[in-house]
Amino acid sequence: MSLLVVDKLCKRYGALKVTDDLALSVEPGELHAIIGPNGAGKSTLIAQLSGEARCDSGSIRFDGEEISGLPMHRRVARGLSRSFQITSILPGFTVLENVATAVQAREGSSFSFLGRVADESALNDQAVTALGRVGLTDRAGTIAGSLSHGEKRQLELAIALATKPRLLLLDEPLAGTSGGEAERLVEVMRSLKGEVTTVLIEHDMDAVFRLADRVSVLVYGRIIATGSPDVVRADPQVRAAYLGEEA
Amino acid sequence: MRGRALAATLIFAAFAAVPPLAYWANDPYLIVIASRIVAFAIAALALDLILGYGGMVSFGHAAFVGIGAYSVAILGQAGITDLMLQLLAAIVAASAFALVTGAISLRTRGVYFIMITLAFAQMAYFFFVSLSAYGGDDGMTLSSRSTLFGSDMLRDDGIFFYVSLGLLGALFLIATRIVGSRFGRVLRGSRENALRMNAIGFSPFRYQLVAYVISGAMASVAGVVLANQTKFVSPAFMNWHVSGELIVMVVLGGVGNLIGAVFGAVVALVLQEFLGAFTDHWQLWFGLILVGVTLASRDGVGGLVRRLTGGKR
Ligand SMILES: Nc1ncnc2c1ncn2[C@@H]1O[C@H](COP(=O)(O)OP(=O)(O)OP(=O)(O)O)[C@@H](O)[C@H]1O
Ligand SMILES: [Mg+2]
Repeated sequence: MSLLVVDKLCKRYGALKVTDDLALSVEPGELHAIIGPNGAGKSTLIAQLSGEARCDSGSIRFDGEEISGLPMHRRVARGLSRSFQITSILPGFTVLENVATAVQAREGSSFSFLGRVADESALNDQAVTALGRVGLTDRAGTIAGSLSHGEKRQLELAIALATKPRLLLLDEPLAGTSGGEAERLVEVMRSLKGEVTTVLIEHDMDAVFRLADRVSVLVYGRIIATGSPDVVRADPQVRAAYLGEEA
Repeated sequence: MRGRALAATLIFAAFAAVPPLAYWANDPYLIVIASRIVAFAIAALALDLILGYGGMVSFGHAAFVGIGAYSVAILGQAGITDLMLQLLAAIVAASAFALVTGAISLRTRGVYFIMITLAFAQMAYFFFVSLSAYGGDDGMTLSSRSTLFGSDMLRDDGIFFYVSLGLLGALFLIATRIVGSRFGRVLRGSRENALRMNAIGFSPFRYQLVAYVISGAMASVAGVVLANQTKFVSPAFMNWHVSGELIVMVVLGGVGNLIGAVFGAVVALVLQEFLGAFTDHWQLWFGLILVGVTLASRDGVGGLVRRLTGGKR
């Protein structure tokens, strides 16, 4: 059974149909890349899947259950976690506390008023593990706002991982990173393959065709093709609509 | 962090030294002033918990002070003079008021939050103005201070001062624990970036509301102390001026650092006394000092403006 099934999803901003009768399914374990030109509606799709934005109509089934009516924090509790195209971290917290806060969200109650949370090794140990996965362990004590852009992208990924997602939604994790930084993030994503089902939105075609099991092409709010990287690359419609300028 | 612990120790030690000092200087008025400062320090501490750590700029915290004060007056008139019972009543009433008004206010952000908390406080103000049985607009004088464990020991200004200081100390310790707890982390995180907190699985609203209730309950304790200190209650306790003064105290001490709020109350009230003795235009000088301090301090005016403009980062 597919882990995520999106059907007849629609969303308008005024007269603009940003999501137009969109259908998509994501299989357990796969890395499913979504590519498409600027303004195609990729981030808006992520926003609807994560619960940040409401869909106008249509259905989003996660693990067999309809989730389109759930608020964002409930979807996270079900195992749906995301990163943001524009970095979104807790800038005044340390790197470790950013990740430990994400661990805390699913570990026990946060209506606990007197214990010192900074000393909770149960939270910190898992946070350190997540930082290790993205290669940020040695920055644990740094204030997150003072990290370099590339490090913030690594942190964003570590935060998402710390929620132990069953489906990871990554919105252009490589945006704005330099060659070396991008390479490192691609390596992290590769290491997650098979372990965490991932929807990856990315403009970097090189990374997409290296990582993806399947690729969907989103143009004007619709998926115009889905298939293995090779099939999608060869699809004449895709070449015309999107890859055309590159081919 | 060590610096703050040291500052807290010094400030509380200085407070504790006031009665002997007053005795030595033969100036009992010092104890009266110090008790008043303690009352406002409690309220400022309560406000800093949500303003400094939760980014919620309440412009209505005087309402909670007033609710605490009227708890003393109303129970006292009904023959219930025990301080503990009065504190309990104040906390219950203030929590209920905070729960209802907070649940509505927290649906807004930034300037709207400021205005709506002000509006609720004004409603409380006019509610108590209309209570003619308790003096209406003029307020009412209390026949005596509250009793403690059946004794009228609080009549003694020194004992009353130390009991008040004990309340401030206890609330300071509780607030310090809260901001360092799991709950405090969610509160701080929601001020930093509410969307991020939402995206890792928190619904900030619930945590902010609970913080608002805790803060309101704490501020009501200030009212209990203040009513006893002056042996008088009136709607003027919840005037918007008072809410504004509380914000000034928090900003003066530096938002988001609990002992700073206590210190801010000390500075504001001492300056008020000191400048007031020299000139009728003390507010002008106080304003200038406030501008100077906030411009100079790292998280002074800048931090407030960021919150006023609804910036959640
Ligand atoms: N909140 C909003 N209000 C109005 N229009 C919006 C809103 N969010 C997005 N849009 C519009 O919807 C369209 C799709 O935006 P979206 O951010 O989903 O594109 P995208 O595929 O992620 O693009 P990019 O590759 O540049 O990130 C754009 O035309 C955008 O201007
Ligand atoms: Mg986008």
